[in-house]
Amino acid sequence: MKFKAKAADFLIYDEATGKYRENPEQLVRDDVEKRHWRRVFQLILRDWRLYLMLVPMLFVFICWRYLPMTELLGCFKVGASALEVKDQTFAGFSNFKTLFFPNDTSTYAIDFWRAFRNTFMISFYGLCFGFPMPIIIALFFNEIKSNILRSVYQVFTYLPKFMSTVVITTLVTLLLKKGDTTFSNGIITQLFVNLGWIKDGTGMLEEPTYFRAIYQISGIWETAGYDSIVFFAAVIAVSPTSYEAAQIDGAGKMAQMRYVVLPSILSTVVIMLITKIGTLLSVGYEKVLLLYNEHTYQTAEVVSTFAHRFGIGDASNMAASSYAIAAEMVNNVIGMVLVIGANTIAKKAADVSLY
Amino acid sequence: MKRKLEISEVIFKIISYTFLTIFALCCLYPFVYALSASLSSYQAVEYNKVILFPVDLQIDAYKFVLSGSNGNGFWNSYTNTIFVTFYGTIWALGVAILGGYALSKKRLLFRKGFNFFLVFTMWFSAGLVPQYRNYLATQDVFNAIGITDDKWLIVIAMGMAAMNIILLRNAFEGVPSEIEEAARVDGATEFQILTKVYIPMSKSTIATVALFFAISRWNGYYWAKTMLGGNSAEWPLQVYLRTQLEYFQDPDYVTSWNNSYPNISSNSVIFVLIVCAIIPILIIYPFIQKYFAKGVNMGGVKE
Repeated sequence: MKFKAKAADFLIYDEATGKYRENPEQLVRDDVEKRHWRRVFQLILRDWRLYLMLVPMLFVFICWRYLPMTELLGCFKVGASALEVKDQTFAGFSNFKTLFFPNDTSTYAIDFWRAFRNTFMISFYGLCFGFPMPIIIALFFNEIKSNILRSVYQVFTYLPKFMSTVVITTLVTLLLKKGDTTFSNGIITQLFVNLGWIKDGTGMLEEPTYFRAIYQISGIWETAGYDSIVFFAAVIAVSPTSYEAAQIDGAGKMAQMRYVVLPSILSTVVIMLITKIGTLLSVGYEKVLLLYNEHTYQTAEVVSTFAHRFGIGDASNMAASSYAIAAEMVNNVIGMVLVIGANTIAKKAADVSLY
Repeated sequence: MKRKLEISEVIFKIISYTFLTIFALCCLYPFVYALSASLSSYQAVEYNKVILFPVDLQIDAYKFVLSGSNGNGFWNSYTNTIFVTFYGTIWALGVAILGGYALSKKRLLFRKGFNFFLVFTMWFSAGLVPQYRNYLATQDVFNAIGITDDKWLIVIAMGMAAMNIILLRNAFEGVPSEIEEAARVDGATEFQILTKVYIPMSKSTIATVALFFAISRWNGYYWAKTMLGGNSAEWPLQVYLRTQLEYFQDPDYVTSWNNSYPNISSNSVIFVLIVCAIIPILIIYPFIQKYFAKGVNMGGVKE
């Protein structure tokens, strides 16, 4: 029950006696409200088992998802990182100033903007090359009419998705190894050398120019097959009669694609595209962390590995920890705005909510 | 009546088959290569004679790793990973089932609030450093109440995902409420309704979610490395694998190591570890594949 309270709601001036008396309507409202809360309490009491079931989940999320957010206050503070946040000294926006604007005494800003640009570039290339791949694969899967053969292809192409990042990056590292006096070339390095694409003795993982290509190609290898599941579900939903009708009308394969398949998978594609745009700034740190090295920071370092390096890893120190928190917070806040924006657009465009 | 395919359709079919064959082989090749290289001799691996099949078949690298000549790190880490995967999956699945069940009930008060509470963690995460500081604090608390084994930190504090709870919630919402009412009339308690009605009726989703949890546990690396980095007795397999890779990238280490084991390539040792790390996944993979396909399609997309 919602209303704006006015003085007259509670007390009424009684002209006859010249005194104020209580408004009987308000007494009723009070009673209703009291009963409302009593009813809520009774409902909770009736279903107390249900609320008890929520407790472990709430506990886990509060302790390890929401409590870390209180640590974000550290980005406004300076002080020894061993101290609790509340004991550090408040410093206003000075950390952000150092992070955003390059100055003579620190190079954090240069590193931060490089990391920010790389995060964006990695996602952007992922969008350009990684995104169409699963759609193409789904269309090709649809051509295979034999179920057994298609299952075989699916088993093979989904497989790398289930391997850990460590296994994936270890394989990449070993196959792209640089040959020297102790080691031989990795098998793929050897292949490229034989083909004359690279010079013998080039370590592809140590050259900044190759990093993005390696990241994207290994990414496609890892996820393209698995990501095609969603699109494949949309493609096989197209009724065979639509194809037949198009064929009778003399449509070739390209025309069938254009007028039969494309319209029916378009909504899925749009939704996935919007989701992808929403997660533009959340590049997984694990893979980058395991693939990059000090030679490739130029193109490889993303914001979360920046935070790792300065806040947890080798380069961490008292001051840097605050910068690391600030950097990732900026990234994640923009990321959140993108996700919510993407979700809103998806809702409007396709009447589908992603969450 | 079967209509003759048009030329453009035939061409498209040929392209699809060719492309998929190449792509599937590319997906598979690194693993096959790893297996073959782990079974080949020093000469064969180091001179790139292994292309597809093992050359000079030998199992010395396996003997070296599995017999513990390399220290007991391997079996230790394997046990740790099994421990973390087993208890971690049970814990996370238990929490997720209870939470998902409660959230699936329309009569739950503040249901929207609880849902937002979950979904917000998917939109915004505090980031690595705050998370790290939080885990350090948790570690202190755990030590204070007498849990000194840091594996429990990984089991309990990490690996919960809001997405999985939402998957379960959606599955439970799909169970017709008449069945629940029938059970209630028969005098079933809330917990019995969950275990006797809801869980059996959403088996496939629960299997999917359990496998999501299990695989993420088996594959987990970063937090284990960050939180247990100094304590090698507690390392899970992935951390051990990565550390071994780093050792075997060091020319001095490899040279002196090859003096003791002249017929094993350093690469073979890493490939053996990779094979050991993926075998459990390969074993369950054929059974879970169909569930995963289903799980992704549900994907939390609700209309």
